[in-house]
Amino acid sequence: MVKKIFIVIILGFFAVMLLPLAKDFTPFQELSPLAKKYVEDSPEELGAANIVTSVIVTYRGLDTLGEVAVLFIAAAGVGFFLRREGKNAKTAKRGSSQILQSGTAFLFPLILVFGVYIFLHGHLTPGGGFQGGVVIASGMVLLLLSSVSTKINENVLHLVESLSGASYIAIGILGLVLAAGFLDNRFLDLGEFGTLLSAGAIPLIYSFIGLKVGAELVGIIDNMQKDQS
Amino acid sequence: MTTVIIAVLGAIMIAAAVLAIVQKSLLSAVIAAGAISLLASLLYIVLAAPDVAMTEAAIGSGLTTIVFLFALNKIRKEDKHG
Repeated sequence: MVKKIFIVIILGFFAVMLLPLAKDFTPFQELSPLAKKYVEDSPEELGAANIVTSVIVTYRGLDTLGEVAVLFIAAAGVGFFLRREGKNAKTAKRGSSQILQSGTAFLFPLILVFGVYIFLHGHLTPGGGFQGGVVIASGMVLLLLSSVSTKINENVLHLVESLSGASYIAIGILGLVLAAGFLDNRFLDLGEFGTLLSAGAIPLIYSFIGLKVGAELVGIIDNMQKDQS
Repeated sequence: MTTVIIAVLGAIMIAAAVLAIVQKSLLSAVIAAGAISLLASLLYIVLAAPDVAMTEAAIGSGLTTIVFLFALNKIRKEDKHG
């Protein structure tokens, strides 16, 4: 009883705190000066049709590097805590249903291609490295669910993850040396606006982020699945 | 029109959230929590944020649900042994 009263008091506290936000909300009539600058200047400055991408990858590239680092630490933590010495290879689980197996055989390649499409076209269409990587990881989850005996080669995962992470940093430093600053995309030719090979180094950067995020998330799921014993 | 869609989606999300809390079966609670994320990603599309919607749909309703299910499975196994 005391616990319930306590919960109600805390909920009431949140309501009092958040109500003014909802009550006094008026939609913005115009963009703030910073947003205006991004919207007006970024297509000419960076050559990316997707303004969200040019903010995430270039203007706020250092924040993205932080996000990638956070995800890396999370994946490393999961791998550290779930590490098992003896590989328990005995998987006497019952297989999945025929529907799931046939569906996965059909859908898995499509999901993989869609994930690659999302991060390659990050500078043109909504989405980017993180979204593409996550879509690839969800395809791998489908594969793991449909056949219990699927083995994912950890060495390949680790190789992809470390190579793409190192290349991401290397591109950032190339931007620092050859262009205006860390993670500047303009050391490569900006190309024709709106085509696949445009926006300088943004497609490269997003491909590496996509591969890294995908490999990390697949690694987390793989570790958890091995831990099921 | 947009307001109506947002209100309906919000109402279903709140219903799913309540369901996730009062549900006796943990499996159903996990599924209900995943449904909240799926509806949230629809809401983001209505609010013109497809980037966020993609992430929410894949992480929130896909991977998080799977991680919860793995954890649930492990708890059950340890309950049986202990």
